[in-house]
Amino acid sequence: MSKSNDTMSKTFTVIITLCLVCSIIVSGAAVGLKERQEANAAMAKQLNILRTAGVDLEGRAADQVFAERVTIYTFNLETNELTSRGSLLELDEAIATASSLTVPEKGREAGIRSLRAEIPVFAIKADDGSVSSYVLDVAGAGLWGMMHAFFAVAPDAQTIMGLNFYDHMETPGLGGEIQNQRWRSNFEGKKAVDDSGEVAIRVRKGAGDNEVDALSGATITSNGVDNTFQFWLSRDAYGAFLAKIREEGAN
Amino acid sequence: MASVKEMKQTLFGPIFANNPIALQILGVCSALAVTGKMENTFVMCLALTFVLVLSNVSISIIRNHIPSSVRIIVQMTIIASLVIVVDQLLKAFAYDIAQELSVFVGLIITNCIVMGRAEAFAMKEGPVASFFDGLGNALGYSVVLLTVGFFRELFGSGSLFGLQILPLITEGGWYTPVGLLVLPPSAFFIIGGFIWVLRTYRPEQVEAKE
Repeated sequence: MSKSNDTMSKTFTVIITLCLVCSIIVSGAAVGLKERQEANAAMAKQLNILRTAGVDLEGRAADQVFAERVTIYTFNLETNELTSRGSLLELDEAIATASSLTVPEKGREAGIRSLRAEIPVFAIKADDGSVSSYVLDVAGAGLWGMMHAFFAVAPDAQTIMGLNFYDHMETPGLGGEIQNQRWRSNFEGKKAVDDSGEVAIRVRKGAGDNEVDALSGATITSNGVDNTFQFWLSRDAYGAFLAKIREEGAN
Repeated sequence: MASVKEMKQTLFGPIFANNPIALQILGVCSALAVTGKMENTFVMCLALTFVLVLSNVSISIIRNHIPSSVRIIVQMTIIASLVIVVDQLLKAFAYDIAQELSVFVGLIITNCIVMGRAEAFAMKEGPVASFFDGLGNALGYSVVLLTVGFFRELFGSGSLFGLQILPLITEGGWYTPVGLLVLPPSAFFIIGGFIWVLRTYRPEQVEAKE
């Protein structure tokens, strides 16, 4: 290395040129690939929603089946109204612009920090056009971070049809077993809420009727799943939506 | 231009004779974190190869213009840019794997092998030699990672590349998976075993007693 490299002007020239070149490469990659990445993320979300509801893709692309079978709504927690949304993009926008609510006690227990007045509801249609299930988007704190799940409820607004933790950071083999099909299937057929609208499903050790046995070696994760349900199915959240469906019938 | 023999030495030397993980004990963090599944391990190896080769070549090309007072910063900038590009590419073309690997791909920036080769080799040698040096070290890294991944996935989950090889007892088979192997620290044991075997065959790698 020659000595002339260490002059002030040379140092600045090299650094500035390098930064320019690197920033062009990085922003080029980010901008050039953005469309593909967003398409991937949307596709993954659609696939997860369909899987939760147990829809058979029959080898077709998830976005096609999603467009055919799923109607997107938002449920407003303040006005108890359902609003239809045209696309996932429109849904995200509606949620982002909705007013912020104070998180109730149970929500804080589940690790929820912010709550919007609009919450998403995906209605899955059967072949004959009637609603076969509603998929709800819930989240709660586990051991390492937030656990996000889609949760499918039958049109009677009580019976659980599926549960799918699509995004979580729990330890593989221990808390990560929340995504194990065998454990998740324990929820199917159980009642999410009872006839009076109180949360009925529980996760705990030595489960009784309508309860799911906690995962061994994953107490905090299991409690997190329990807290998630205690909040999201309560009247402060999706419980209000389920009550509305029970009163007015599925449509 | 260096001779073919030297090139071969640069390329294949780091695989067993001078392995970056087994002999220099560099880059162990990612070897612990991503080796639970062969598929992730494989993608991580490709990502590291991409970053290491390109960073070596580009640093080597501009090595005569890098002021020594800011050389580490220059190296970091180049490496960080390459890592971001890899991360973006993964998100665009291998979304599922990117979801699982994302944090660790970012951590390639701090992978000592990349910085080490830039500082120790690419700053002194020409682009062609640096290319082979980067490739060789990436191969050395990959050999260890894939070995660790092989044992961890086969005995920890009973599968390889996601294909079930040993039927698990929880799925009605006979194999009780070794829970320890699912957790990252188990990679320490396997790397330790790897080093033991390697040094048994190559006693010259054993350090002198202090």
